[in-house]
Amino acid sequence: MALDEAALVNAIADMDEDAALRLSREALDQGFDPQRILDLCRAAMDIVGARFEKNEYFLPELMMAGEMLEQIGAMVKPLLMDDSDGEAAGPVVLIGTVAGDLHDIGKNIVTFMLEVNGFKVVDLGIDVPIQTFVDTVRDLKPAVIGLSGFLTLAFDAMKDTVAAIEQAGLRDGLKIMIGGGQVDETVRSYTGADAFGLNAMAAVSLCQGWIGTAKAA
Amino acid sequence: MIASPAQTPEAKVAYDARWQRVMDCVNLKQPDRLPIGMQPTFWLAKYGNITCRQLMYDYDKTAEIAARAIQEFEPDCHSPMFLATASGRALEALDFKQLQWPGHGVGDNQPFQYLDAEYMKGDEYAEYLEDPTGYYFRRYLPRVAGVFEGFEELPSFSSLYYTRLVLGMRAFARPKVRQALERVMKAAEESERLFNLHVAFEERMAALGYPASYMYSSISPYDYIADYFRGAKQIMTDLFRRKDKLLEMLEKVRVSITRSTIEAVKASGNPFVFIPTHWAPDTFMSDQQFTTYWWPPFRQMLIDLIDAGIIPIPMWESDCTKRLEHIADIPAGKCVYWFERTDMVKAFEVLGDVVALRGNLSPSMMTTGTPAEVDAAVKHLVDNVFNKGGKLILDCAFGIPDETPVENVRAMFDAARRYGG
Repeated sequence: MALDEAALVNAIADMDEDAALRLSREALDQGFDPQRILDLCRAAMDIVGARFEKNEYFLPELMMAGEMLEQIGAMVKPLLMDDSDGEAAGPVVLIGTVAGDLHDIGKNIVTFMLEVNGFKVVDLGIDVPIQTFVDTVRDLKPAVIGLSGFLTLAFDAMKDTVAAIEQAGLRDGLKIMIGGGQVDETVRSYTGADAFGLNAMAAVSLCQGWIGTAKAA
Repeated sequence: MIASPAQTPEAKVAYDARWQRVMDCVNLKQPDRLPIGMQPTFWLAKYGNITCRQLMYDYDKTAEIAARAIQEFEPDCHSPMFLATASGRALEALDFKQLQWPGHGVGDNQPFQYLDAEYMKGDEYAEYLEDPTGYYFRRYLPRVAGVFEGFEELPSFSSLYYTRLVLGMRAFARPKVRQALERVMKAAEESERLFNLHVAFEERMAALGYPASYMYSSISPYDYIADYFRGAKQIMTDLFRRKDKLLEMLEKVRVSITRSTIEAVKASGNPFVFIPTHWAPDTFMSDQQFTTYWWPPFRQMLIDLIDAGIIPIPMWESDCTKRLEHIADIPAGKCVYWFERTDMVKAFEVLGDVVALRGNLSPSMMTTGTPAEVDAAVKHLVDNVFNKGGKLILDCAFGIPDETPVENVRAMFDAARRYGG
C-alpha cells in the first residue's frame, strides 16, 4: 500500500498526532522511502509556518508540530542510508540565551523553526558566557547569531556580547538578531544588534533575508 | 486597609488621600490627581547599593532600603516589596526547587528565576483529579521542596477510617516521614518569621501614610496548571492531547484557588489581590483556545472574587491587545487591569468604562532610556489616557525593572506629578 502523502502532510498540518504517527509508521513498515517522509514533514511545516504567520496558528501548534516531527524523526533515523539525518549544510545559525538568563522556551521554539526551515543551528543553551559566544563564533564562523533573553538583565548581557564579538574582530559580515521577553527596537538599538524579532517566524524570515532560503540550498 | 496604632493624624490624612486616589480609579471616578504605583523587586538592590543576595537574606537591610524608597518616592500604592525579595532564608529552609536565587543557582547580583519543568506528569491528571490533597502530599510537594521528601510514604488519607486509622497512621513513624515533618516544622518557623516581618513592615508603612497596593497574590487557573504543574511545553501539547482532563482540572483548581484567595485576602485586611497572568498573550494561544481554556475559568474566578468584595488586579503580561474585547466582559468598576505590553491607549478605548488601568512604561525605555525619555513617556500616558478620562494608575510595565537607573525612577515620579497633578 502506498502512502497517501497528502494525508500525512495534512495530518501534521492539522495537528492530528495519532494519524501522523500511524501513517508514518505504516509507510515505513512497508518500505516507504524514509527520506521522502522527512520531505513530507517539511512540506507540512511550511503549511504550519504559513498558518502561524496568518495568525491561524500560535505557539501551541508550533510546539505540537515539533513533538510530531521529533517522533517521526525517531522512526526515520535508523532507516536512513547515510547518517546525515537530512541535516542541512551551509551557513550556521548560532543561538543561545545570554549570560545570567536561564529561560529557553522561546529560544527552543526559534531553534526548532529554523531547523525545520532547513537552517543548521548550533544551540549553546542557556546562561551562555560572553566568551563562549566569542570562541564559538571564531570556531564555527556562523552567518547569524541569535541572542535570546527573557529578563531585563539580558539587555546588558546582549550589549556586552555584541561588543565582545566586535572587539574580537568577528563582527564583519556577521548578522546578529535578538529576541525574547521585552526586546524591542529600543533594545535592538541599545545592544547594537542588527535586528530583533517578536516570534519564531520572524527569526526564520530574518535568516532567510540574510542568508537565503536554506531549503533551496 | 491596615490599621496601625502608630498612625499620626497627619499620616492618616496622607494615607486616606492616597487610598482614595486609587479607590476613585477603581470606582471609575476621576481622582484628584494621577495616582502612582511602585512595585520594585531587585531594583531595591540597585537603589540601596547592595547585592541581590543581600536583599534576599538581610531582613533588616531590605526593610530599611524598601522603607527609604517608599519615603523618597511617596507612591500612592506600593507592592509588598519586603516580602517580594527577602525570602532567601525561607526558600533555603524549604529547600525550594522551583526557583534559582542568588547563591542557589544564580550569581549574587542576579534576580531569582523560575525553573520551568514538568512538576506533574501527563499521566497524573487522573490521580490529581481523584484526590488533589493526596496528590499534593505524596507527589507534588516532595518534587517542589526538599523538606517534603519522605511524604511519598504517607498513606492515602481517605483510607484512614475507624480502626483502619489506628494502624494506618503507622506511616508517621517511618524515619523518612519523621525527618520530613521535623524539617517542615523548622522551615515553617522561617516562613512565619518572614511573614511577621512583612506584616510589621506594611504596618509601619501604613503608619507613615503609605498604603499597600495589595497584600496577597493569586493566579489564574490555567496559569496555575501551566506554570506550576505541567510546564510550558507540556501545557501546550495538552491542548491537543489531554483536552478533557485539562478542562476538568481547570474547573477543580478554579474552585480551590478562588476559595483560598478569598480567605487570604480577607485575612490580610487589604481588599486588593494581585494576579499576574502568564499564558493569556495574543501569541500564546488562539482566540478559540483562549475562550475555551484560559478565559472562562478566570472570568468566573474574577466574578467570585468581586462578589466577595475583593478588588482583583490582573496583570496582563506581554501583549494582550486581541484579548481586550473578551476581558471587557466583567462588572464595571470592580477591577484594576494592569497591562504590560498592550498599548495603553488602545486598552483605554476598549476598557475605559469598565476597569481602572495600571502601567505601563516600557522596560526597555526605563532601563536604557534617559530621564527626558521617561518624562515624555509619562506625558504621553497622561495626555492620551488620564486627561481623556482614563482611570490610570501610573506604573512601569511590570514594576520597576531591576536595572533601571534611579534617576529614571525619579523622572517617572516627577513627570507624573508635573503632568498628572
